[in-house]
Amino acid sequence: MLKIVHYINQFYGGIGGEEKADVRPELREGAVGPGTAFAAAFGDAAVITHTVVCGDSYFGENIEEAKAAILEMVRGVKPDMFIAGPAFNAGRYGVACGTICAAVKEELGIPVLTGMYVENPGAEMFRDKFHIVATRESAVGMRDAVPKMAKLALKLARGEKIGASIEEGYMPGYMRVNFFEAERGSKRAVDMLLAKMKGEDFVTEFPMPDFDRVEALPALKDMSKMTVALVTSGGIVPKGNPDRIESSSASKYGEYCIDGVTDLTDATYETAHGGYDPIYANTDADRVLPVDVLRDMEKEGRIGKLHGKFYTTTGNGTAVKSSAAFAQEFAQKLRNDGVDAVILTST
Amino acid sequence: MVKEVERAGIPVAHICTVTPISMTVGANRIVPAIAIPHPLGNPKVSMEEEKVLRRKIVETALDALTTEVDGQTIFEVK
Repeated sequence: MLKIVHYINQFYGGIGGEEKADVRPELREGAVGPGTAFAAAFGDAAVITHTVVCGDSYFGENIEEAKAAILEMVRGVKPDMFIAGPAFNAGRYGVACGTICAAVKEELGIPVLTGMYVENPGAEMFRDKFHIVATRESAVGMRDAVPKMAKLALKLARGEKIGASIEEGYMPGYMRVNFFEAERGSKRAVDMLLAKMKGEDFVTEFPMPDFDRVEALPALKDMSKMTVALVTSGGIVPKGNPDRIESSSASKYGEYCIDGVTDLTDATYETAHGGYDPIYANTDADRVLPVDVLRDMEKEGRIGKLHGKFYTTTGNGTAVKSSAAFAQEFAQKLRNDGVDAVILTST
Repeated sequence: MVKEVERAGIPVAHICTVTPISMTVGANRIVPAIAIPHPLGNPKVSMEEEKVLRRKIVETALDALTTEVDGQTIFEVK
């Protein structure tokens, strides 16, 4: 029977939510959380002998230490296969799954597999390095993800031939697989063109890579003459969250006046973000949105002015498309208000 | 959001803890922060010391904004 080690975060490990996201990696025997669904899917073909549970913030803040500790655990177990997640659209979890899979594959030579949503930053970072199964955005997609991942994991562990991404359900970009299409290329192209002209759905065989990069703007000359605005994806809002910005998958951003505000306090501001332990930001929101320091700098003439409004949303699970739309809108407002520079903080 | 603001013609300094994510997202001027739940603070030290730490990070962000960059650059906080 194949031996598998499974990596999950503190939430799926049953340790706790964001308040426990700083726990160090631990090795447990047997399957835990989503591992039990994998175990059922494997039947007698494979067994999850061990599960590594690690806090998402611990991993994100101590990448080298976490990687070394987990590699040591996996090295000791000597599994045939390493599975991480699935992470869905949880950013830190996805990056952790990707980072640890890359390390296990490179340093221990063990086949690896993870799963996540295509917009998870971990997908962009690692999809060309090993197989990542495309999942839905949230844990609702567990039921779809587990059979796909289990099937592919067994094939990888046995060293069997892996089919094309479209057949196996992994994200394209890692391996090129040759196969014969039933129709020849010219016919497929004309069919696609006809479908397009009729306004019907069609699937391109060669999606253009998305190289959406923005060139760096030239440096500013003299900050003492500049108006600086604050923007955050850390969800800082006036106490009570007046616009009810969602704690994840935000559908809107907030614009709030800070004229005359020199310090954010626990009586006046808090975070609406559901993707990190809120206790620190709720105690002192300057820890995420540094209004106090920028007011000092304004007084001292280190900057010309702190802009009278800040823009905020919650960055966790929020679609890239929504974030881009929010920013396009408030960037125009910032321009119209004569803002010269932005400090954007993320949690 | 970093990209859209910069695309609109306003330079951005991105302060964040997990800098690989910022690189993937496409920020050009990146300043590493302290920790995910408190990027510009450290509850283990006094409020005064914390403000000094926060000031250093914001200073680094301002320095980043006045530094020419050739592609994505991480500005370590001194």
